[in-house]
Amino acid sequence: MTVIAEILVSFFLVVGGIFGLVGSFGLLKLRTTMQRLHSPTKATTLGVGGVLIASMLYFLLVGGTLSFHELLITLFLFLTAPITAHFIAKTYMARNLKPTDLPETGRDLGWAIYDDAPGSGTD
Amino acid sequence: MITRLVPHPILSATLTLVWLGLVNKVTLGNLLLGAMLGLAIPMLTAAYWPNRPRLRKPMVAARYIGMVLWDIVIANVEVAMIILFKRRDEVHSQWIVIPLDLTSPEAITWLAGTITLTPGTVSATLSADASSILVHCLHTDDPGDVRDTIKARYEAPLKEIFP
Repeated sequence: MTVIAEILVSFFLVVGGIFGLVGSFGLLKLRTTMQRLHSPTKATTLGVGGVLIASMLYFLLVGGTLSFHELLITLFLFLTAPITAHFIAKTYMARNLKPTDLPETGRDLGWAIYDDAPGSGTD
Repeated sequence: MITRLVPHPILSATLTLVWLGLVNKVTLGNLLLGAMLGLAIPMLTAAYWPNRPRLRKPMVAARYIGMVLWDIVIANVEVAMIILFKRRDEVHSQWIVIPLDLTSPEAITWLAGTITLTPGTVSATLSADASSILVHCLHTDDPGDVRDTIKARYEAPLKEIFP
């Protein structure tokens, strides 16, 4: 293993570690649930991303093989992170917020948490 | 005939590639098995995508994905800076309402996912007729500017991709 490969791999590991730490620290520091939601969906994405890049580089430079698993992990992470955040946000809003706590939709109907979709009672 | 056998060519290609990635080794046998899965799954699930929109401009879609990946990196740094260097009472979180011009469920899903992954915003819910989206912004002093940025930067290319 050359020195350059070692430096590259450890650089990405350290960057990933820092972002993971900051994301977790955000959970402690921020005050409301909606604010805390930001820290795992963002800062942690790059934390995991850094570790995955380090892993790909390691297998490429040291093992001499191209590994696809990291790309799949990235794909699945990007598919699932917004959906999880969406579920948490909706549950929080349904349990703790009233329609008057939120801004108006600016349309005829209210937000989907409190109002039914048009025609949903008929079909 | 071809559309019956391969109702969803992009999904077939994606499934084959994901299968090859999962086994992590490109051999003829794996390729054939992946291709079989890629053909069988879209055929069996075709009934669940009744009004699937066609992907009109693959190049715009590719550029959009690249732009979003770059924005995710920027978003991470921005959120990390806010978490580390702003005092708790200096973080001004706001709800932002964005009126949507997109109508297809697929396009709105792309937009909502993008908003959640990029700079300091999480998409929270849609209005009941899916014509507005409610976004929570971690820190902003100018909600109108955030709304205009999202509409220009993310919704405009999506309108081209899903006409």
